[in-house]
Amino acid sequence: MTIQQSDLKLDGNAIGGLLREIFTMEMTTAEGTCANCGQVHVVGQVVVYLNAPGAVVRCPSCDHVLMKIVQGRGRYWIDLTGVRVLEFSA
Amino acid sequence: MARTALLGRLDWQLGEVAELVPQTPRVASLVLDVPDWPGHLAGQHVDVRLTADDGYQAQRSYSIGSAPEDPHLEITVERLEDGEVSPYLVGEVRKGDKVELRGPIGGYFVWTAGDKRPLLLVAGGSGIVPLMSMIRHREHTGSSNPTRLLYSSRSYDDIIYRDELERLAAGGNGLAVAHTLTRMHPQDWRGYARRIDADMLAEVGWPKAEMPAVFVCGPTPMVESVASTLVDMGYDPATIKTERFGATGG
Amino acid sequence: MSFISRGFRGKRRDVATSSRVPPGQHVVDDFPVLSAGPTPRIPVSEWKFVVEGEIDQPRSWTWDEFRKLPAEQVTKDIHCVTKWTKLDTPWKGVSVDTILEGVETAAEYVMAFSYGGYTTNLPLEDLTGGKAWVAYEFDGQPLHPEHGGPARLLVPHLYFWKSAKWVQGLRLVNEDQPGFWESNGYNMYGDPWREQRYWGD
Repeated sequence: MTIQQSDLKLDGNAIGGLLREIFTMEMTTAEGTCANCGQVHVVGQVVVYLNAPGAVVRCPSCDHVLMKIVQGRGRYWIDLTGVRVLEFSA
Repeated sequence: MARTALLGRLDWQLGEVAELVPQTPRVASLVLDVPDWPGHLAGQHVDVRLTADDGYQAQRSYSIGSAPEDPHLEITVERLEDGEVSPYLVGEVRKGDKVELRGPIGGYFVWTAGDKRPLLLVAGGSGIVPLMSMIRHREHTGSSNPTRLLYSSRSYDDIIYRDELERLAAGGNGLAVAHTLTRMHPQDWRGYARRIDADMLAEVGWPKAEMPAVFVCGPTPMVESVASTLVDMGYDPATIKTERFGATGG
Repeated sequence: MSFISRGFRGKRRDVATSSRVPPGQHVVDDFPVLSAGPTPRIPVSEWKFVVEGEIDQPRSWTWDEFRKLPAEQVTKDIHCVTKWTKLDTPWKGVSVDTILEGVETAAEYVMAFSYGGYTTNLPLEDLTGGKAWVAYEFDGQPLHPEHGGPARLLVPHLYFWKSAKWVQGLRLVNEDQPGFWESNGYNMYGDPWREQRYWGD
């Protein structure tokens, strides 16, 4: 069976549950500014790869890694360095 | 309800299968009784978690097909041949079984009847599920905003919610449904018979001057193609919301 | 104790050959594709492999040059940190010993880097002594891009995230610096037999 690359490419909706675990609020409507290209994207529209040792979130405009999220041994490791600023309502 | 749907840590809870509704040869709806369900918004999804007796776990997300007003929670699952979770949900699960789930999840790909804009819904395959929640919600609330659904399926037999969509479209409540079949179609078929393209969207959709709210859901290549076609046609990207389903989500 | 889903087994998990299966792993028959980003598509006409860093003379090979290096067929068990193990996987590639032949360096560590930006760090001694290859064939066929082709690093004695797909080169360095996953919770070393998956394991 040929795996299409597109099969593995999802969007921020697919990590809605995971982000809610971490932030304890709905985050798919949050907006992130890419630290690489400066484009602002709603989290629901960012590119997400889940078929990996962790979740890798990429900018839809430039593919730069926005976030990496790993879970294991009862811990989370979150790299948000690809997001210059995250904006969401209080 | 909107607030509880969007705040707070999500806990896993158990839903009991009240009914199994076959939809197509590969697709079935699971109607679930979830005692402490906090309510949801049309377009949201749940995460479902399965645990084997040796502790092995697998988790997948499934869109909620039922409207917020419906008494039970419905998820609709396509059985993928080499899937891990979907062959269990469509094939093994029986009425009375319990399924572990958490939700509702998602605040972006959501439509509420309070939005009065014309609505354009574009679905590919099982991408119809969250859009069906929107259509059912619209029906329950007696909304009159003109709504058009363009629904792409492989064949006539693969159209999910086929009869219900026909009934709702004939109901005179401002819902129009257009189907396109991409692999094969019946002899007397009068709908479209090709992949969604700009011409089809121009014929079925709202002119961009109407500034409709647009929701596109289905496999990643279809969603990306439809969204970029709409943007090329001059629709404001901010009005187009997308949800990609991976084929490996089984 | 979690709720158990009646009748759920998941994909067949065979633990019969347990002496070959590290703790926490299960054996699979297929070859799962894991992906952290878009698959790089590198035409072999543009492909280059380099060795650089703490080395007198950086080295590089074009695809044609690389294919002329002596290659080996090896069959190895591989272990992914996501818990699947695949037994007896057949590869063809160039031993890293061959690639580093004659290289003089005081460096003790390596950062492997890939087309597309992936990186992973390893001690130099885990890449030498017959323990690692740059592989370009799997099961008698050219390595498919989804599995890391044109060529990937193959280091079967460590978790498979160390076997960098689309490998572009090895940088010899004096300090062990964390790569893509190692900087985000995954173990700097990654020995599946000691179940070194995460930081602190």
